[in-house]
Amino acid sequence: MIAEGKKRIWKDYQKEIADDRYYYARSCVRQNFFPGSEAAFLKILREELGKNVFDDPAHTSCTGIGYHADVVPLETTMTVIARQFALMTEAGYQNFVPSCITSFGLYSEIIETWHHFPETLEKTRKYLKQATGREFEIPDNLAHASDVIYKFRKEIGEKGKYRLVNHNTGEPLKIVEHIGCHYSKMFPHKGVGGAEYPYVLVGMIEEWGGEVVDYPERRHCCGFGFRQYAVKANRGYSLSCSHKKFESMEPYHPDAILTNCPGCPYFFDRWQYAISELEGKTYGENGFGIPVLTYEEMAGIVLGYDPWELGMQLHQVSVEPFLEKIGFPYDPEQKYKGKYGQDLGKPKVPEFLKVCC
Amino acid sequence: MGKVYDLLLKDVRFTEGMNSCINCGTCTAICPAAEFYNYQPRKIVDLVQSRDEEALIGLLKSETIWYCGECMSCKTRCPRGNAPGLIIIALRSLSQELGYFTESEKGRQMLAIKRTIGEWILKYGYCLYPPEMDMEGHPEQGPIWEWELQHLPEIFEKVGGNYNKPGAGTLRRIPQEALDELRAIFDVTGGTARFEKIEAESAKVAEKMGMDFQGGEDQYFKHVFNAIQINHHHS
Repeated sequence: MIAEGKKRIWKDYQKEIADDRYYYARSCVRQNFFPGSEAAFLKILREELGKNVFDDPAHTSCTGIGYHADVVPLETTMTVIARQFALMTEAGYQNFVPSCITSFGLYSEIIETWHHFPETLEKTRKYLKQATGREFEIPDNLAHASDVIYKFRKEIGEKGKYRLVNHNTGEPLKIVEHIGCHYSKMFPHKGVGGAEYPYVLVGMIEEWGGEVVDYPERRHCCGFGFRQYAVKANRGYSLSCSHKKFESMEPYHPDAILTNCPGCPYFFDRWQYAISELEGKTYGENGFGIPVLTYEEMAGIVLGYDPWELGMQLHQVSVEPFLEKIGFPYDPEQKYKGKYGQDLGKPKVPEFLKVCC
Repeated sequence: MGKVYDLLLKDVRFTEGMNSCINCGTCTAICPAAEFYNYQPRKIVDLVQSRDEEALIGLLKSETIWYCGECMSCKTRCPRGNAPGLIIIALRSLSQELGYFTESEKGRQMLAIKRTIGEWILKYGYCLYPPEMDMEGHPEQGPIWEWELQHLPEIFEKVGGNYNKPGAGTLRRIPQEALDELRAIFDVTGGTARFEKIEAESAKVAEKMGMDFQGGEDQYFKHVFNAIQINHHHS
């Protein structure tokens, strides 16, 4: 009885994630700041898991950041999203996989709006036809790219060469996870574990040997706030939110921060640098910051991919302390070199934040 | 029922977000903006459900509606199923539609958002694009970004990207046909009209302020992007 009751309760927190044949919609923020992550996602799905993923050059931004910065009207965003779905339909796919939490939240919101207000769906079909001549089907399955990695976390773990375990002590690494507000705060049933017990990143961490660290401000926003970061005069909002989280997680001495949304790791990475410059304060060990990883980077490291091909040299907070803890061999000489070993110089060293260069 | 409230009722985000507020303040307790700014989503929802026309117009002209970060934490927690964040989005849309956004310092920032994110979407097909995010506008990016900006093609090649090139891949050049379709969608659905409204209303204010208003990063753009001339925080 107890087990059945548990199953019934947890049924509300599960979501269906398609098994194969994905239409991949790239993220503006992830492509700009974590470009290696999207390449890693495709490599993992295609080469490790043998999945069919369509990477379409013709899709565009969903306009999500513009929508939530209030410069793009709802009807415009709906129709741009309808165009993405039209491209998916024309390519013969039904499973839509966005690489961005803002997009994922927006796709969820628009599909729900079409469901509850059918006249908006009809209007969108008319607008899209008028503007582009295209027609579209709503996806059968909408899953964020992290949902797909979560679905195959066991397979990735089994193929993996490294575990999230300190190779000197044998202890699991302490990982803080940050889910990204729009993953499930708006539509809890759309996220694995809902808004109360989001499990998408926790499942990865536990499967790959790490220990999830709970802390008071775990569910607080990273502080993007769209216009609150986009406009320089507002950026104190963004910085303050991240600062609140760093102060809250600091006593637990996390070895890394794992993120779901492409924006959150950017803010956690860059605001650690900004705080070090403003206050001389750092949150990692020995003057370093706390390394911040995307889920693709973490999966890639578990699988033994080269950290510099994963783009981890593009973090302002050095990831080397994390790599060293799990005993991951890397070549520091290649960190800032080009693909063919060409010398690209080196970034300047921050005044307070210690970095590996 | 006043005119402003009637207009709000036409926005599905408003009708979905506004049920019946019991003034419990749970939204304010969880709101990141309420910690940072002199802001209470509870008060916004309470005022809106009063349907007081004069107060609603005041709200559309106020600083208050621009403080929210649209994180939607309030939506999860409201015991009555309201979504103050959605109400805010509807208020901000209406403030722009009625030309009230230029009455507040935070509202006037719409010009900067239009000339950055708004125009980048149509120009590149992305909300962000590296060469547009320089160190002057984004000093928080740190020396790593300064280095990256100097070597974008080589770095993207190393990490499996396709920077500014045709075909698929990370930060590829979006095909012109796709950009043309994007622009056509903006024309048909009101996106272009909103951009034009923001420019037109901002031009009037720039003239009153005696500021240069030529497009791009002109004097008025720099002013609204950087200005903090009033106290937005708890005193």
